[in-house]
Amino acid sequence: MTVTVYVPIDAAALSLGADEVASAIASEAAARGVELNLVRNGSRGACWLEPLVEVVTANGRVGYGPVTPADVPGLFAADFLNGGQHALALGLVEAVPWFASQQRLTFARVGIVDPQSVADYVANDGYQGLRRALSLAPAQIVQAVLDSGLRGRGGAAFPTGIKWKTVLDQPAGQKYITCNADEGDSGTFSDRMLMEGDPLALVEGMTIAGIAVGATQGYIYLRAEYPHAYRALNRAIAAAYQARYLGNDVMGSGKRFDLEVRMGAGAYVCGEETSMLESLEGKRGEIRVRPPLPAIKGLFGQPTIVNNVMTLATVPIILQKGAEFYKNFGVGRSRGTLPLQLAGNIKRGGLVERAFGVTLRELLYDYGGGSATGRPIRAVQVGGPLGAYIPASQFDVAIDYEALAGIGALLGHGGIVVFDDTVDMARMARYAMEFCAVESCGKCTPCRIGSTRGVEVIDRILGGVETERNVRQLEELCETMLQGSLCGLGGMTPFPVTSALKHFSEDFRARTRH
Amino acid sequence: MTHTLSPNDSETVLRIVGELKGRPGPLIEVLHAIQAALGYVTEGAVPVVAQGLNLSRAEVHGVVTFYHYFRRTPPGKHVVSLCRAEACQSMGADELAEHAKRSLGVDFHETTGDGKFSLEPIYCLGNCACSPAAMVDGRLYGRLTAERFDAMIAEQGRNK
Repeated sequence: MTVTVYVPIDAAALSLGADEVASAIASEAAARGVELNLVRNGSRGACWLEPLVEVVTANGRVGYGPVTPADVPGLFAADFLNGGQHALALGLVEAVPWFASQQRLTFARVGIVDPQSVADYVANDGYQGLRRALSLAPAQIVQAVLDSGLRGRGGAAFPTGIKWKTVLDQPAGQKYITCNADEGDSGTFSDRMLMEGDPLALVEGMTIAGIAVGATQGYIYLRAEYPHAYRALNRAIAAAYQARYLGNDVMGSGKRFDLEVRMGAGAYVCGEETSMLESLEGKRGEIRVRPPLPAIKGLFGQPTIVNNVMTLATVPIILQKGAEFYKNFGVGRSRGTLPLQLAGNIKRGGLVERAFGVTLRELLYDYGGGSATGRPIRAVQVGGPLGAYIPASQFDVAIDYEALAGIGALLGHGGIVVFDDTVDMARMARYAMEFCAVESCGKCTPCRIGSTRGVEVIDRILGGVETERNVRQLEELCETMLQGSLCGLGGMTPFPVTSALKHFSEDFRARTRH
Repeated sequence: MTHTLSPNDSETVLRIVGELKGRPGPLIEVLHAIQAALGYVTEGAVPVVAQGLNLSRAEVHGVVTFYHYFRRTPPGKHVVSLCRAEACQSMGADELAEHAKRSLGVDFHETTGDGKFSLEPIYCLGNCACSPAAMVDGRLYGRLTAERFDAMIAEQGRNK
């Protein structure tokens, strides 16, 4: 009997030697004359267990991890192909508490299916959302997305259904579906994991969007730093064309939807939607002044949906299971689930999908297990380089757009970067300004000049020069950037800076003059 | 001042422009293809691309220089991109960067004297739960230490 073994092909797993583990397993099996069906799946998101090897047994999938090539002969000796005991054995993967307590809707298939296989996708509920969408009128599809309460997962949290309705209401003609896969925030990797582990969910979500608003062309704008996702998406798109889920007759409906991946070229600002559209048109990624909204005048001047990967990949399950099902997860105005990413100095980092309302403390300690270094956690940055730093006294805050806004923080794309007590928060504030200076598109002055001046002012504070005067100047500068910038880059860089100043003021004031 | 392309490179650039110019908004696609073929976007390609796509040279130059990914000088044999973003910083990326600079004897954006390694900063590789991270010629590394960095460089050096 052929045993099925899963070894992830996710980039994080590869960075820890998953390819070497896969070949060690293949050659050991060959040497022992064992026939294997080796499947390269996505990651289940437990980066601390990668490379996580799974074996299909009569009872379910049994896990071993983290596996190194040197462990492989021992695993065979322990009869891991029959779920044998071993120091790295985790038992049934789905029973491991870290996974069992999650609520995976967007990530339902990631780590489970073969990302390149349409058959595997369909066998695991894939394309049921599109099938249902094709039985509805366009306005009904949009209504379902609206009723689900889904808000843009890229960070702006704008109701997705309203965006879709605006595009639907534009006169017929060329419209576009664009997916913002320029996941540039440090501490975020959910888009990457989904695109590598279940790319067809994104393909299906975009197809549904196209059918809903009458758009026949989709583009995925992918950052250049993600070559693994680029390959995974292109393979999945080719497979979807072959199986007629894309092209001029989507699922035999007579409707057309074409899709291609466009690669960015290393510009953080292109994660801003109008800058992304400029870049998709082949131009410098400079911000456009709004109005007009992209929904009215977007790509090549046509009505365009711009949604994040997480938003679009969540659409299939909403159509499949209904708006009510999705809406029943979450709290307040934050409906559904959010794939959160535990990153940085954290013991058990990775992807945790939970309904809104889970607290930061649960994520950091119940899932994360505290810091990787074992030292106390001093600060976490939620929501990427433009997100506020949150001190330990506020770790009971709920993951909920409004609750975070209430403490002057933001959720962004759900990335949580952890720092232990060795962090120098004045240096982190300096980095925020430095990053803004490197990545500013240069169109507006507060961002272009303000960020460079910000670095200089913080350098004076770091040098212990006229601390109080320079702190005041930094605060004023932040206010100018906040009020005067055209987009979130300049407008939100003040968040990490002012939150560091507010909560960790001792790091700015204890500098000795030199 | 003129930058002329070698006959081979000229043929490559013309072929790329010819293949891609019919696509919507093709300039970035064209530049990606040129960099993939030649290793960088050589100055001499700019007027050729401009003419082929019916753009001004200034427009092409503007795009080449806007994006960090496009190189205007030839890369070393191996491009080592070290992540400098927050998650990696929380796990010692700054110290790792100092080590990398010392051990390769170059600063960021420079190439070693023997032409083997270019060291580049990068802002997030999406490997933030396995920090600090680096990418070498498209291969991703996680949980790097000074020792693992040296081993990684030695391995690349052997691969030539």
